[in-house]
Amino acid sequence: MNLIELFIASILNHNIALVYILGMCPLIAISTNVKNATGMGIAVVLVTGLTAVINWPVYEFLKTTGTEDLALLVFMITIATTVQFLEILIEKYLPAIYSSFGIYLPLITVNCIVLAVSLFFVNRDYSFAETAVYGFGSGFGWMIAIILLAAIREKMFIRSDLPKGLMGKGIAFILLGIIALAFIGFTGIANVTA
Amino acid sequence: MKKFFARLNYTKSFNVLKKGFWLENQVAIAVLGICSSLAITNKVENAIAMGLGVTFVTMASSAFIALIRNFIPSQVRMVTYMVIISTFTIVVQMFLKAYFPALANQLGAYVGLIITNCIVMGRAEAYAVKNPARYALVDAFASGMGYMIVLIAASTIREVLAFGTFLNMPVMGEDWVPWTIMALAPGGFFIISLFVWFIRDRQQFDESK
Repeated sequence: MNLIELFIASILNHNIALVYILGMCPLIAISTNVKNATGMGIAVVLVTGLTAVINWPVYEFLKTTGTEDLALLVFMITIATTVQFLEILIEKYLPAIYSSFGIYLPLITVNCIVLAVSLFFVNRDYSFAETAVYGFGSGFGWMIAIILLAAIREKMFIRSDLPKGLMGKGIAFILLGIIALAFIGFTGIANVTA
Repeated sequence: MKKFFARLNYTKSFNVLKKGFWLENQVAIAVLGICSSLAITNKVENAIAMGLGVTFVTMASSAFIALIRNFIPSQVRMVTYMVIISTFTIVVQMFLKAYFPALANQLGAYVGLIITNCIVMGRAEAYAVKNPARYALVDAFASGMGYMIVLIAASTIREVLAFGTFLNMPVMGEDWVPWTIMALAPGGFFIISLFVWFIRDRQQFDESK
């Protein structure tokens, strides 16, 4: 299938955060200001793409041995290892970036979108190239969502007068709902399956 | 009877239960496990299946982690949790596939995503590693049930409005015009935000404190 179409679909009308509603915990927890949101977003793009690329051959290997049922367990181990490895590499060679990533990198291990991308390529029978494009595209779509939300919340925090119960995380849900409503407008512009 | 309830207030298990169900409701107060509670609450049956699945995985992994908590080195505890949680999630996934194939199909990848449900990991890290297995089990049960109650309540509203049905039985009459938006992502966000608001308002919970 067309790789450019897949990339567009994974960002807009199949946005992993606003349409599939995945990766919500960090999306809501870290979206208090744009700077942190961008840092987390970049880290997610990197990890989601890389782990999808690594998990694809791993799954092929599992298929040849007939142990697909263990895929979940193996994926989790790959993800945890990749994140750990990436952390060590970045700390060693790019210390400036490492200090700006801070705690976000290890947190990504439990971000559901990383695992979800791996599960989706299994469900949809993607080829290697499609998996790579979908992985990076989904990460990018998530990054857009968190930056949009963070930008609104940052302004709201200063100006708006909300009821106590809605303050903070409560209003984040309503904002996300409205952004998701806007993303429904993209329905049908591109497909994720052939 | 009154005496019984008065004494109940002082037992540890009761307080743990109360915390899990209401005072520290995982969805509304801690805002954990949101992905699944938003994504699969468009049908009540999905909500029940997911709630039971998460409760089972949380209870099993919490109890297991509590049992071996003295042998887990603290540097590798996260990976240890992941392996234990993955194992129990695979159990749930295979069980659903074997006995409820239609439901497993509808839930799709979300069953596998129980692994990354923050509630499971949260209970392991916040409670199970520091407490005996007995209380870890009660705590996990309470957290899982608190999550399931919100899920069922939210999915009831969404299913009735979106499809005019409850547990696939029509309840709204013939000429009901479905609110399509309730079955999609925005509906989930709006309904869950109402629950967060309601529960926080009842408890006078203030996030800024």
